Amino acid sequence: MAKTALQFQHNGRDVAIFVDGGTNLLVALRELIGDMTPKFGCGQGGCGTCSVLIDGEIHLSCLTLAETVAGRSVETLDGIKDGPNLHPLQRAFADNFAAQCGYCTPGMLTAAKALLDRNPQPSRAEVVEAISGNICRCTGYEPIINAVLAAASGGRARA
Amino acid sequence: MPVTVKTFTSTYDAAAALSSDRGARYLGGGTLVMRALNEGDISISTIVRASDHAMTRIDASGSRITLGAGVTFARILAERELGFLHAPARSIGGPAVRNMGTVGGNLFAPVPYGDFTVAMLALDAVVSLQGGLGGREIPLDEFLQTRDRQTGALVLAISFAKPGSADAFRYRKIARIKPKGGAVITLAAHLPVNGGRIVGARVALGSMAPTPIRARAAERALEGRSLDPSTINAAATAAVEGTAPSDNALASAWYRREIVGVHLRRLLSGQE
Repeated sequence: MAKTALQFQHNGRDVAIFVDGGTNLLVALRELIGDMTPKFGCGQGGCGTCSVLIDGEIHLSCLTLAETVAGRSVETLDGIKDGPNLHPLQRAFADNFAAQCGYCTPGMLTAAKALLDRNPQPSRAEVVEAISGNICRCTGYEPIINAVLAAASGGRARA
Repeated sequence: MPVTVKTFTSTYDAAAALSSDRGARYLGGGTLVMRALNEGDISISTIVRASDHAMTRIDASGSRITLGAGVTFARILAERELGFLHAPARSIGGPAVRNMGTVGGNLFAPVPYGDFTVAMLALDAVVSLQGGLGGREIPLDEFLQTRDRQTGALVLAISFAKPGSADAFRYRKIARIKPKGGAVITLAAHLPVNGGRIVGARVALGSMAPTPIRARAAERALEGRSLDPSTINAAATAAVEGTAPSDNALASAWYRREIVGVHLRRLLSGQE
């Protein structure tokens, strides 16, 4: 079956790939572009670890038809860091022990970035709501919530 | 397995492609169709999309509201005119699912999903369909009863009259996980009051049958009465009539039947 040409911005860089019909964005990112930061969790929209930002809005890449991002901007966790310097959210996650097994971490950081980009000083309830589509089976969520609040209050000043 | 993706600018052409191919499914936000593909559903051979802007239009200026099938829950939450629909929209998914999931797709969502459709059913919504031969409008109630046979038609929009007062429309989703979780049951009620009496009572239930259903016995108990404790009692007792819930991982059918009256009572009496 014919492949479809697809062009979009991946972390600010123009990319062009050929996708099979029905390929989801997660597969396109991981297998065709080599960006391993979004993870495959459930493939059903239940876990959130494949979260990416499409034109600044959080989406689940495993449920996004790759062709629908043609000409749009896709940001993943790979684009969040600045060379060897961690993003304030990454620093806060490390400082607050917000990652244990780490599998949910890319989605959590993406969801947290989506929140802070729009609302730099969120309340605790807003943080809980923002990560409500992301499942963590290790931390019990409290360290993650604390990390996001810490990044919001002080992290940006450190960066 | 690769599938063929067909994108049309016109909804007419998209509907023709849907109705002419049994393996074709319309892709809205992706939360149902992409999930099915990820799970290896080989019954889907073609994905149909329509880029017509009418599919994502919201018309909330008048007394009758029209939501394009491609309107997402995030857009509803951003619309002040649609404040009465913020509770059902917010009860769905996390932020990512609300950025993706659409009003039209929700009409096809199986239990325990489809919460927004429960709200639409309580508002007596009408579904605009584009079939292979032409367009038609059918009541949501009727659409849901024939939902499995509607795959050849394209849902264009859903419309309903705006509730007369903020208090007339009520919604409640019972979930085990907060803020996000699949529904144990979902309830919505529209209770227009005229001269102290309820006229045109509508009570809709989710996860109490394979599709959202109206609780007609509860509606009869409310119709023409004032919303006093004895009326609320009668409606709560009647809530379970005509329901056919199933067991799933969230709750048993027995439990759903036990609690539906309790939650309808709380909804009607305005308890949290």
